[in-house]
Amino acid sequence: MSQATLSIRQISGHAGAAPGENVERDYQVCKLIDTTTCIGCKACEVACLEWNGYTFTDTVFDNSYQTMPETAWNYWNLIKFNEHERADGSITLLMRKDQCMHCADPGCLKACPADGAIVQYTNGIVDFQQQNCIGCGYCVSGCPFDIPKFNPTTKKMFKCTLCVDRVSEGLEPACIKSCPTGCLHFGSKEDMVDLAETRAKQLRENYGIKEAGVYDPAGVGGTGVIYVLHDVNNPEAYGGLPKDPHIPWVVRFWKGPAKWIGNLAMLGGILGVTLHYLRYGPKQVVHDHDLEGEPEQDKNRQDKNNGGRP
Amino acid sequence: MTASRVISPREPAGTVHPEGIITRYTLNERLNHWFAALTYLYCLITGLAFWSPYMYWLAAIVGGGPTARFWHPWFGLAFTVSVFLMYDMWHRDMRTTEADKQWSKDVEYYIKNEDEKLPPIGRFNHGQKIFFWLMLYGIILLLISGIGLWFVESIPWSLHWLRYLAVTIHVAAALATIGGFIIHVYMGTAMVRGGFTSIIRGEVSTAWAKTHHRLWYEQVTGDTSTKK
Repeated sequence: MSQATLSIRQISGHAGAAPGENVERDYQVCKLIDTTTCIGCKACEVACLEWNGYTFTDTVFDNSYQTMPETAWNYWNLIKFNEHERADGSITLLMRKDQCMHCADPGCLKACPADGAIVQYTNGIVDFQQQNCIGCGYCVSGCPFDIPKFNPTTKKMFKCTLCVDRVSEGLEPACIKSCPTGCLHFGSKEDMVDLAETRAKQLRENYGIKEAGVYDPAGVGGTGVIYVLHDVNNPEAYGGLPKDPHIPWVVRFWKGPAKWIGNLAMLGGILGVTLHYLRYGPKQVVHDHDLEGEPEQDKNRQDKNNGGRP
Repeated sequence: MTASRVISPREPAGTVHPEGIITRYTLNERLNHWFAALTYLYCLITGLAFWSPYMYWLAAIVGGGPTARFWHPWFGLAFTVSVFLMYDMWHRDMRTTEADKQWSKDVEYYIKNEDEKLPPIGRFNHGQKIFFWLMLYGIILLLISGIGLWFVESIPWSLHWLRYLAVTIHVAAALATIGGFIIHVYMGTAMVRGGFTSIIRGEVSTAWAKTHHRLWYEQVTGDTSTKK
């Protein structure tokens, strides 16, 4: 959805500078998820569905608390439950609210070929503009978190918007509003990082959780959604949160050097055959009477018109 | 110019007519060639639109981005079918012969239009044969990688390197076919006069056949009197 009240930092698939690019107005917004106080109640899932106008989808029982394996085009926010064995052999249940991470360096936007289908606002929100989306799915290849999902009916891609429609009106995202334990926070990136670091320090110093830390991966330039994790060295345990996410180098190469190499090769090919034609010209059909030394003045012209028919 | 056709649609390629006309391509070969040409062209235009923001406007001439994206894989499938039919029609004629190897060594003379220094060759020259195999292997790679891109979400996250592989192969194979396509169109229209007419009307003159495909000419006419 297009948000006229937000200013744009960059947009996808666009030749030249984006309209209003790099106009600074908003501070960067951020969602903080404290996994140590999440109880997996799924209130945030309900709030997300309600605000965005989707209904519940059928759940899949797999002998755990997990209701479905991953987010869907109409289910942008999902708690990932993971039974985790601690070093001492005891079991803990790790819960992580999974949704779009709103990367500062978004792989989806990098991969997208459609003009203006993915927008990053100066406040950090990365949003899909379905009216410009062509449904190619390149964003799926570009995303290091496996977030964009395809709606087979409308043939458009969907994901969490960070409630851009609420945020642009000065409200917090719906999930934040619904959280009963206060494990979800929303504010400026600076404030949220500060709060997260304070909480991680508290966990380390007061609760003896030595590996507690903040997940704000530098590989994608930091994210607009950050986590406090019990064990920041093992984010994979939280339902496959990548340890060092970055835009795949293939996508970087494809959208960078490969483009120029390919374009130069294509231009070179066209230029090459043009120059060849100017230098050597077309091949002439040799006629028997030519060989016998009886050239006819108008043979060549006939060849061109009649496909070599005598 | 008379309206009646010398060649008939059902006769095989290589049929010699007393009017000095040889059937170069049957009606089926020509229909399939142009089916391939149109489907490839569609994939080329839409593919270039997805390739670069500076060529995204190309999508507009085929109905806009979403329409282009919807039809691109289907036209790709149609092109695949066409190329496989071509394989069925032409693969016997596309085997590399000893004369082809010599021709390729002397390709410099072909480029410089000094064709009299080249060995005589059959129905297709080695350049045409290489283009044929390039498109055949190219479309196999484009088909496999294209299916991966078409149903990219169906590639499980545990195998997400396959998503990157699909992108890489699709781009590389597409660029390779574009290179061949540029040369093919240039040769068929500008360079070898009569070639373009032959793939439309199906016929060439005996002089054309003798000049460009002497072995084929000798084989279909039985005339070896012009051997140097």
